[in-house]
Amino acid sequence: MTRGAADKIAITLLGSSVVLILAILVVLIGNIAMHGARQVTWEFITQPPRDGLMAGGIFPAIVGTAALVILMSIAAVPLGVATAIYLHEYTPAEGLSLAWKRFKASKGRPGRKRLFMRAVSALLATITRSAVANLAGVPSIVFGLFGLGFFINFIGRNIDRATQPPGEVLWGQGSLLWAACTLALLTLPTVIVATEEALRTVPQDLREASLALGATQWETIRRVVLPGSLSGILTGGILGISRGAGEVAPILFTGAAYYLPFLPGDVTDQFMHLGYHVLILSTQSPDVEATKPLLYGTVFVLLALTFLLNLAGVVIRTRTRSRLHR
Amino acid sequence: MKPRHEAVFRRRERLRKAQNALMTGTFSIAGWVAIVFIFLIFLFTFKETIPIFTDKEIQREANVHKFFVEQQEGPTITDRFVWQPTSDVPKVSLWPIILGTLKATIVGLLFACPVGVAAALFSSEFAPPRLREVIKPVIELLAGIPSVVMGFFALIVIATWLQDAFGFTYRLNAINAGLALGFALVPIVYTISEDGLSAVPRAHREASYALGATRFQTAWKVVLPAAAPAVFASFVLAFGRAIGETMILLMAGGNAAITSFSLFDPLRTLSATIAAEMGEVVVGSAHYSSLFFMGTLLFVITFVSNTLGQLVIKRMQLRMQGAAS
Repeated sequence: MTRGAADKIAITLLGSSVVLILAILVVLIGNIAMHGARQVTWEFITQPPRDGLMAGGIFPAIVGTAALVILMSIAAVPLGVATAIYLHEYTPAEGLSLAWKRFKASKGRPGRKRLFMRAVSALLATITRSAVANLAGVPSIVFGLFGLGFFINFIGRNIDRATQPPGEVLWGQGSLLWAACTLALLTLPTVIVATEEALRTVPQDLREASLALGATQWETIRRVVLPGSLSGILTGGILGISRGAGEVAPILFTGAAYYLPFLPGDVTDQFMHLGYHVLILSTQSPDVEATKPLLYGTVFVLLALTFLLNLAGVVIRTRTRSRLHR
Repeated sequence: MKPRHEAVFRRRERLRKAQNALMTGTFSIAGWVAIVFIFLIFLFTFKETIPIFTDKEIQREANVHKFFVEQQEGPTITDRFVWQPTSDVPKVSLWPIILGTLKATIVGLLFACPVGVAAALFSSEFAPPRLREVIKPVIELLAGIPSVVMGFFALIVIATWLQDAFGFTYRLNAINAGLALGFALVPIVYTISEDGLSAVPRAHREASYALGATRFQTAWKVVLPAAAPAVFASFVLAFGRAIGETMILLMAGGNAAITSFSLFDPLRTLSATIAAEMGEVVVGSAHYSSLFFMGTLLFVITFVSNTLGQLVIKRMQLRMQGAAS
């Protein structure tokens, strides 16, 4: 066998792994679309479940998911964007090791204190970045435990103690609000990382030009940096939201309900959720074959929701990237 | 009139300065949020674990010795290490659950690591640019599939196919759950490996070609070793994700805490145990603390593996920047 032929075979083998991944995705989506799309009727998406979840639709789960996602975005997006702005605009761009080297080399020269503060600030940025990276790696079930231990048992109970008559529980139980807070924490790293990347695409010259004209740092951020990176930030927000929309583990004990005859009317209410509904239908059903159509329909709606969000994010990003490369 | 203008101007200047200071403060506070929450997460997960170490009443039912050392009477390991926290005499050995976690993780990594790295190598070294433009969104779509959907797919579809094909005794087992977990890990391995492979300087490749190496030899013996830290980091981060993944294993693992080394038995992972049992547990009981103990364990394991992975990636980036300049 010639060298060229061996080379071709090896490369084909590598390529087959790409084909395998593609095949998995096609089979998964194809299977769900084939069995699921048929179930999605007007009645299915506008009616509540009936007969002990064996019939009817998923309307409360759709509303619950939407309410949860909206509340979560209100908490996660501003906080994530602000953190990213701090990391990228307010900490030294040269990084920790260089900032420290400069400080050490400045012995006996004026402005040493400033260089020291710069090094400290760079150190803080490094620690924050690793905290963000670690937050992204914390298992989602641990977020659920944290939501239970912190938001419900600590903050909620204490609010109850202060505002409710003894024995009454309003805040110290699973609810839309606490589930949204837990999920917001989970999506925070995604938003931060994507926003920082977006801020990086704004050329440094623009910032310097703005500062040279006498604008304060906030004015520079407000009028130059943010408008220039808006689409990137939007992408980060959308990708974070789509990740949050599909997560179930963090809301298991922070507010998702098995079945509710009413829609959530307040942030202290429990709620139904598409992902949790999938879990319930596939593991708690007395007759799996009979619930299968409903199950497929629910999975289809959930998948369509997350894919649409993802797609929107990816499209905006691709557009921005091609604009930048031009 | 001039002095009045000056006063207005000064007032506006002061306002701008104050506004700037206010926003600087706001953003600096936001900068602390991530650190504070990482700390709080550990604190509050650990807080509920403390009774395991201090409370005499709870220690009678669950303590570190019972978790890891104590055995029941019985001929096989399945009889000796038992997790039955709600029976009359609670048995709280963690070994069935740890073993289940490891089995699923290993199967998942055995699938995801080779496939992910091969795909990354292909797309960074051989794929024409247009194909690469397709591969990336496909991987992103795979990463975007909620784990509850992957769990559903493994439970309803893959499990049946595998059983029909191989005649497994149990429909839900480590192979089935691990494989579905592997699907979810592929994007992590691929993305990080691909970043590392693309960061290898062109000069490495050109030197290899100049010495007469073929394209595959260059990719396999020059580029891959040069990016080895990134590939290693991708495995470590995938491991961290696999250990903590909940929904796939809760749904497709068979939900049986059995001490067994067989990949064909149903299993139960740390995360799935927390998910399945936390709903019915009495707050403050030994069982409750035991579940939080598992959560702390998960937090510590993932924290260590993520920190290690990030560290390796960072060092690799610094080295590549040095090599490129």
